[in-house]
Amino acid sequence: MELSKDISGCGIAGFINTDGTLTSGIDIADSINLMKERGNGLGAGFAAYGIYPDFKEYYALHIMYDNEQSRKNTEAYLDRKLHIEQHGGMPTRIINKKRPIFFVYFVEPREQSTKAESEEFQSREADEFIVKLTMHINEKIDGAYVVSSGKNMGVFKGVGYPEEIANLFRIDEYKAYMWTAHNRFPTNTPGWWGGAHPFSLLDWSVVHNGEISSYGANKRYLEMYRYKCTQKTDTEVIAYLLDLIIRKHKFPLEKIGDIFSAPLWSEINKMQKKDKEFHTALRMVYGSALLNGPFSILVGFKGGIFGLNDRIKLRPLVAAKKGSTVYMASEESAIRYIVKDLDEVWMPDAGKPVIAKLTEEAYKNVY
Amino acid sequence: MKWMKNAKTYTPPDFAVIRDDERCIRCKACVEQCSFDATFYDEDLDKVWNWEAKCVGCDRCAAICPVEAITIKKRETPYRYNYSWYGHIDGLKKRAAFGGTPVVSMGNDKPYPVYWDHMLLNASQVTNPSIDPLREPMELKTFLGRKPDFVEFKKDGSLKTKLTPQIELNIPIMFSAMSYGALSYNVIESLGKAAQEVGTFYNSGEGGLNKDHYKFKGNVIVQVASGRFGVHKPYLDVGSAIEIKIGQGAKPGIGGHLPGEKVSQTISETRMMPEGSDAISPAPHHDVYSIEDLRQLIYALKEATEYTKPIIVKIAAVHNVAAIASGVVRAGADIISIDGFKGGTGASPQIVRDNIGIPIELALAVVDERLRQEGIRQQVSIIAGGGIRCSTDVVKAIALGADAVYIGTAALLAIGCTMCQQCHTGKCAWGISTQDPHLSKRVNPDIASEKLINLLNVWALEIKEVMGAMGINSIESLKGNRLNLRAVGLSEKDMEILGILPAGE
Repeated sequence: MELSKDISGCGIAGFINTDGTLTSGIDIADSINLMKERGNGLGAGFAAYGIYPDFKEYYALHIMYDNEQSRKNTEAYLDRKLHIEQHGGMPTRIINKKRPIFFVYFVEPREQSTKAESEEFQSREADEFIVKLTMHINEKIDGAYVVSSGKNMGVFKGVGYPEEIANLFRIDEYKAYMWTAHNRFPTNTPGWWGGAHPFSLLDWSVVHNGEISSYGANKRYLEMYRYKCTQKTDTEVIAYLLDLIIRKHKFPLEKIGDIFSAPLWSEINKMQKKDKEFHTALRMVYGSALLNGPFSILVGFKGGIFGLNDRIKLRPLVAAKKGSTVYMASEESAIRYIVKDLDEVWMPDAGKPVIAKLTEEAYKNVY
Repeated sequence: MKWMKNAKTYTPPDFAVIRDDERCIRCKACVEQCSFDATFYDEDLDKVWNWEAKCVGCDRCAAICPVEAITIKKRETPYRYNYSWYGHIDGLKKRAAFGGTPVVSMGNDKPYPVYWDHMLLNASQVTNPSIDPLREPMELKTFLGRKPDFVEFKKDGSLKTKLTPQIELNIPIMFSAMSYGALSYNVIESLGKAAQEVGTFYNSGEGGLNKDHYKFKGNVIVQVASGRFGVHKPYLDVGSAIEIKIGQGAKPGIGGHLPGEKVSQTISETRMMPEGSDAISPAPHHDVYSIEDLRQLIYALKEATEYTKPIIVKIAAVHNVAAIASGVVRAGADIISIDGFKGGTGASPQIVRDNIGIPIELALAVVDERLRQEGIRQQVSIIAGGGIRCSTDVVKAIALGADAVYIGTAALLAIGCTMCQQCHTGKCAWGISTQDPHLSKRVNPDIASEKLINLLNVWALEIKEVMGAMGINSIESLKGNRLNLRAVGLSEKDMEILGILPAGE
């Protein structure tokens, strides 16, 4: 019975070049470093999208190992289950600190694992296969954690201040069209490398500031659909909820705020019939997926990002625009520090998502 | 003389009635009020006496006495104390003297553990702000009924998925099944009025629905029990949901029992049975001898009401309750109601009430967990009942996994009941569980419904306070959220079954 969870305050930042321009990790590191006060050195991380253009057909598994043995066990398992196109240790700089080892694998399920007729079905099966594989490694293989598993994206995270993590993983050397970052201030669990943000599953990545008071309810809801919450942090459930609701249930991403930060009944009662029906049905069916408690989150997905607050806005979130780039962060200063003369700055409303996506053309170029 | 003692059937009185003769003004109110013939007035001596063997300890006389001349006290048992026999001596003697098994009422009164009292709730500190329900929105609205796993939309964004019928509750508390027959007309009236005012439901119980109470349509759940008393199309139509009663927590494995003394003319009309005869509903439904049969009954009722109402199946909390619940869900129930062994009854053999069933806390925990493991929890709502005593019991029940709760005993206590456990006699001095018109007018529906409304509103506020402390502003986020519970003084196995951690962990 694993019911513990981690709670934390934090800083978050992220941006997307909607025209698909690739930016190095220097800006995002500067931006999150400015909010050093919002963390305490016990965790930081980055998610980057568009970093592996040469391997964009493959799932990029970032895996963290406690020791050589866990690596051997995991690789034996991966060999059995997958075709590994390329793999190797992740590029890191030397730091004077005990740390896990990190490997990246570019993989695809073997054909017989995903026998199917249509291409769409095949890709769905492949996704499902990777999810199960991830769950298996995280739960069953001692000392091994899949940090991220999406295509043409990756997560870099660990214990330390953001600048230390940025330095360790040499994120200044990666180029991405979208970055998110996290600076952590955990309040009870001691820092654990796997417990740092972002949390990621397939192409989803989540950075989160706040505490999900509904964690116990969300977790048990997810368990019903065979998700295993193994990383001892409430943020994990957001990634899994997205996977369940958007990928599996095919719920439109633009409306996920209506589930995570559902409108109050007092608001629903004032709506027109059609909207009222819509929101009533969502609250009935997805009540257990409501995220309660204070939060601001940035969610990266294939080709876009969205930011969302809890429905009574108990955590800060600022959004801004400059040209074709959209920025979001806990503090306005974190945005202004990396870009001068913003075109627009605004405070998103409680429970209303801010969504920014690649243009169609850029999407085609990247994916 | 009616107060003459009969040594052949003597058992020592349970209560002593202590009178202050100096205070007594001989108004005889107590004599008039005592429905158990335990109080009488001796004209020759100008004195009020008591026949203590008949006193049930309902406290009605003391409550009504204008000069506070009466005190009711529990009498010490006169027998030499013996741990293993204590509590069995009188029962043994009664069986021998009367040749029958004692019938009792209300809930199990034995000192079994109360798990609610071993669970503590959580509160937010620092990282998630606690919420003040008087300043911030706090939502208790609950829908009961089958839910799909996901919803689909049409191209224009409107709903494609058609949801099955649901009942909507403003607060997750309903009045549990208590029949017209067990309770007086005025009490039913009070329950209906309160449910209507607060926006929740009362349950007709197995005794049908008096025509006058059809006005509560929209706030009544109608029950179909094994006796099928008063079940017909118009009755089903009045219900917002239909409850099939398979079992009752206070008496799992046996049917209902309304003693003939309570079958008055209007009861006989409502129940469609002869006046004055015992209303005995059989232990099983005579058309439900298996889960397949239950499925047929569920669908027969759905057909009869054209799939406009959710069907509730009520089962008693028994040893194998999780597996039973799973079968019930698969048989097509939209809502499952689990009744714990501490739930009340209007009449039950004492052996059954005191020895059969399991606590609702454990039953609820295993049912919720089992349905989740099987991936069918979404398909059904769970109502927990049988031993819910206060608002924090409600919170704990929901955190364990209930969608809503039923309260019965708590509602009756709110309108005057003193738990004297005499419902089966039909002589309730407080006018609650009686059909005697002289007694039942002691409940004024206007006053009683007001008390019930107060009770529900206060509980709702208390629930909101506790949720706010946890930093949760919607009841959905509490449902099944066992992380908000911690155990004190429970065994490892108990905690495993409840799915909760010990305090400090």
